[in-house]
Amino acid sequence: MPFDVYLNVAVSGLLTGLVYGLMALGLSVIFGVIRVVNFAHGEMMSIAMFLAVVLFSAFHLDPLIMMVPIAAVLFAFGYALQSGLINPFITRPEHSQFLLLVAVGIIIVNVLLIVFGPDARTVQTAYGFDSFQIGPLIVDAAKVYAGAAAVLFAALLFAFFRFTRVGTAIRACADNHTGALVVGLNVERLYALTFGIGAACVGAAGAMMTLIVDVTPMIGPTYTLLAFVIVITGGLGSMAGALLGGLLIGLTEALAGLIFTPSAKSMFAFGILVLVLLFRPQGLLGKRAA
Amino acid sequence: MAARLLAGLPRRAVIALALVVGALVVAPWIVNDYLITVLILILYLAFTGQAWNIMMGFAGQLSLGHALYAGLGAYIAAALFTRYGVGPWVGVLLAMPVAAACGAIIGFLAFRFGVAGVYFAILTIAFAEFARIGFDHLAIVNAAAGLFLPVAQYTHNDLWRLRGDPTMFYYVILAATLAVLALCRILRQSRIGYFWLAIREDEEAARAAGIATFRYKMYAVMISAAVTSFAGVFYAFFYNNLFPEQVFNISQSIQMILGPIIGGVGTLFGPILGAFVLTGLAESLTAALTACGVDLPGAEQVFYGVCLLFVVGALPEGIWPWLSRRCGIAERTA
Repeated sequence: MPFDVYLNVAVSGLLTGLVYGLMALGLSVIFGVIRVVNFAHGEMMSIAMFLAVVLFSAFHLDPLIMMVPIAAVLFAFGYALQSGLINPFITRPEHSQFLLLVAVGIIIVNVLLIVFGPDARTVQTAYGFDSFQIGPLIVDAAKVYAGAAAVLFAALLFAFFRFTRVGTAIRACADNHTGALVVGLNVERLYALTFGIGAACVGAAGAMMTLIVDVTPMIGPTYTLLAFVIVITGGLGSMAGALLGGLLIGLTEALAGLIFTPSAKSMFAFGILVLVLLFRPQGLLGKRAA
Repeated sequence: MAARLLAGLPRRAVIALALVVGALVVAPWIVNDYLITVLILILYLAFTGQAWNIMMGFAGQLSLGHALYAGLGAYIAAALFTRYGVGPWVGVLLAMPVAAACGAIIGFLAFRFGVAGVYFAILTIAFAEFARIGFDHLAIVNAAAGLFLPVAQYTHNDLWRLRGDPTMFYYVILAATLAVLALCRILRQSRIGYFWLAIREDEEAARAAGIATFRYKMYAVMISAAVTSFAGVFYAFFYNNLFPEQVFNISQSIQMILGPIIGGVGTLFGPILGAFVLTGLAESLTAALTACGVDLPGAEQVFYGVCLLFVVGALPEGIWPWLSRRCGIAERTA
């Protein structure tokens, strides 16, 4: 196969990887602060994807613009979920939290199934078949827009955690739960905010994802697993790690799909996960837990 | 033997257990074929839940990839049967060591490299997913097209080759569930069981007290994996068809561990109770929705999820610890 085929596939994989990264960023933020693994992460993304599909097919609203209101809706959902359900569980053992979020996931998948039926849905934008050509490189326009939007969203999030008072307070909760309580932070509310922010990330990522893949109610668990793979590869709790992990997994999947067979592509993603867990359990950019 | 197993249980608990076992033994004469199939599913989940509980409930190692061991057992026995005509009981003899070896590899890698907690749980998912996709492309077991066991009308039950009517399968899985219950009871009361409890409660302290934590965690994974693989063999011969997409799916792993979590992690009777409650719940939801004329795919699952939320919210330790205290049949905690 000529070299530029590989190059094209690699670039396309990296752009998809940016959207993966944003999705995983949500999981990473939630785990890094609340220490709860969101086993309903992919399911939450499928909510966002269906919102985007409905807004598009009913009102012809572009998912790239709609990602802002969709992220807001998911923020509200995440906030409510954390303050209503998960907050009492933060001191419970992991298997208890796991069960809680699995139950949430089951409910989401099946509500979507009842409302939208089992068929795959898709968004056909006007620029769906456009592409940019740079030398030998041909890139889907939709993927470029989605990747750029993911980078923008992630940058805003970095800025929020770095420069705002609330962001600093949330980081304080993550660093030292007791200390945060002692200085008078409302930890439960900050946790709810954090879960909301994580949900907003996955919401925005979901809206963009509709430009790349079809959506069915059943895709949730697949993306939950994918988000785990990415986040652990990059380092659970590390924001930059989630983006790096997304790029790496996006690239791996694309190349594995080209060289071997598309159906075997996630095997390589899991292979990377196993290697990372064995040789660098804290992830590529993660810090060793004390 | 039986006396030693029952020693230390309150008299009321022994009577209750005898009643339940008695009811299960005579059940095939009373209930119809459909309910026998439901009971088989319940006992299957009780069995796998019990096996998972050895690892998580006793030794505190959270595995979310137990479908791997069941799937290996199923595929090994089914492949031997269809290709070489080797019976399931010989298959079990091969499946158990292979599953234990897989558990040992995962355990070795994880425990050596200090992978613990959530990371360990996700590593177990990764291996199961790896196997799922791998078997999907493995031509020797028909890859994604699935492996089928020959089904025919049997005039008599062939226990040796596990070919026969549901009642035979029912007694096989009932015997297996009771055997694994006894095994768990023995393990719990033995040296290894106490070591596990120590590791579960505080691994650092256990190590400081001189327990070889690495070795005992390995035992937990290997025993749990080997026991689970037996369930896989049973699954293959009862359902007669295997698809990697199904048997290695994470939803299988989740289904296996819901029972023990709902019933009570680390208890002896929790996994069994949990299996009865959850499967009973699912079946009655289906029946209730059909009776109401609701025909919505997914509606039953939504209720199921809501019930899970309710139980896990109301009874953090699971149903069994709460129920046994209420009925005065709590195991004396060691």
